[in-house]
Amino acid sequence: MSLSGDQVRHVAKLARLALSEVEVVKFSKQLSAVLDYMAILNEVDTEGVAPTSQVTGLKNVDRVDEIKFLGCEPNDLLKCSPLPVQDDQIKVKSVF
Amino acid sequence: MSLVNQSIVQANSGLKAKKFSALELTEACLREIEGHNSRINAYVTVTKKDALESARQVDKKIASGESIGMLEGIPMAIKDIINVQGIRTTCGSPGLRDFVSPYDATVVSKLKHAGMVLLGKTNCDEFACGSSTEHSCFGPTRNPRDETRVAGGSSGGSAAAVAKNMAFYALGTDTGGSIREPASFCGIPGLKVTYGRVSRFGVTAMASSWDTVGHFARTVEDLAHVLKEIAGHDVYDSTTSQVKVPDYTALLTGSVSGLRIGVPKEYFEGAIDPEVKETVWRAIRQLETMGALVQEISLPMTRYAVALYYILTPAELSANLARFDGIRFGSKPTNEADDLVDYYFKQRAQGFGDEIKRRIMIGTYVLSAGYYDAYYSKAQKVRTKIIQEFDEAFKEVDVICSPVAPMPAFKIGEKTQDPLAMYLADAMTIPINTAGIPALAVPCGETKSGLPIGLQIMGPQFEEGRVLLVGDALEKRIKA
Repeated sequence: MSLSGDQVRHVAKLARLALSEVEVVKFSKQLSAVLDYMAILNEVDTEGVAPTSQVTGLKNVDRVDEIKFLGCEPNDLLKCSPLPVQDDQIKVKSVF
Repeated sequence: MSLVNQSIVQANSGLKAKKFSALELTEACLREIEGHNSRINAYVTVTKKDALESARQVDKKIASGESIGMLEGIPMAIKDIINVQGIRTTCGSPGLRDFVSPYDATVVSKLKHAGMVLLGKTNCDEFACGSSTEHSCFGPTRNPRDETRVAGGSSGGSAAAVAKNMAFYALGTDTGGSIREPASFCGIPGLKVTYGRVSRFGVTAMASSWDTVGHFARTVEDLAHVLKEIAGHDVYDSTTSQVKVPDYTALLTGSVSGLRIGVPKEYFEGAIDPEVKETVWRAIRQLETMGALVQEISLPMTRYAVALYYILTPAELSANLARFDGIRFGSKPTNEADDLVDYYFKQRAQGFGDEIKRRIMIGTYVLSAGYYDAYYSKAQKVRTKIIQEFDEAFKEVDVICSPVAPMPAFKIGEKTQDPLAMYLADAMTIPINTAGIPALAVPCGETKSGLPIGLQIMGPQFEEGRVLLVGDALEKRIKA
């Protein structure tokens, strides 16, 4: 199945990726080839087969909600931001 | 034998016998890095000062008569997707060139405790997505055996560092073959562990239901020593297992007598290089002469693994990489953004390379309304069928042997314009991650032109000891 330029633009928008027109043409061709290849899965009869999302059988691993990690402080994490920090919060662009 | 091409076990006994110091060992590795890294491009960051300091600490300990552990004072490298406090973790990504990790990954804490001497961080495909280390913002890593060829990927820098004597061992990650394929291409052993055997806390997530942390070394026995230190449950990674960590080195008995080896015919069909096929079969026959029982088996679902992998892992990746928005870490866009959403668009356009953009878009597409059932849900069901097929096979055999890759190391640039051709390089390693089982890549010969060929040995979940036993026995026989 081929992915049109408009579909590539739509997917890129959902993923918050700005693409140039050259990229739209290139990715449309490359992604179409990859999606075509995936059609071979239709050969497999999966009627009544349960989907797998975890391979070692673990289920609902929970723990007490306590922070025990001493590897770094909140301030060390804030320092990783490329944006200004004010009152322990990262100052971002306005939403609108 | 020179200082730098010993095994860990040999270096450890040399240190204990005071034949050389940890400082000498480290300086020798640093000289190899200085001599070769500008061409090979295995390291993206070299931590010379810290390495020398760590080595001196170990030497002090030895001088004061204290006993040392197997990994103490042994120079090593870490794939640049694993966090080490105070050192940058770039993930090979333009958006993370200047990200300095504020904390250690659990594997790093464990190895620090075991006395590692960290030489630096190694090159990899961006966010571990690739089979050649060509998708790195630092450029490709070259194969030490033929510098016009790729080292494999995504952990190509780690493989090349060990193969070129620039480290004794190195950590990597394996989501679809990223340790085994470069190990095979560079002619060294590499281990992909069972899903959940080694903690991933502090390791940048690619595809969370697939990612594993493993390693490269010069011998299978060395792999066993390192695994003993890094394996085990971690409270910070809820996917790690409570299954007991055995003494892997004690399991290396050298005997494969009576061991049942399954050889899946599907791994020897289609577009496989004839020299790879012949060399891998010769290694399997070698194991047979050592007493193993070889039988052909069939794993017909193998041909679907690449397709399901490139649905499920981009889906997980597109979700995981949503966090790289230039807010909490990474760089910010060079041009001014109008508002928050515009900031995301601009930053992600600049912060990601082409392969990551492709995978994010594939992932977003297969998860989007109208396509979820046809792609994502379908692939999850096919995954179940591949797991069932392995479960059935392991009722009949103890290990499964195959090639690691259908071809030896390919030329730099050969596959970069054709993503699908690159994806198919992992056709023989992806099924293993699909089922979460362990697999070892071990060198078993080379092509007439001198390119290494690897044998892949797979075992049931948490049977790392068994695949290491087979690899160790074969390696010793080949070297004998």
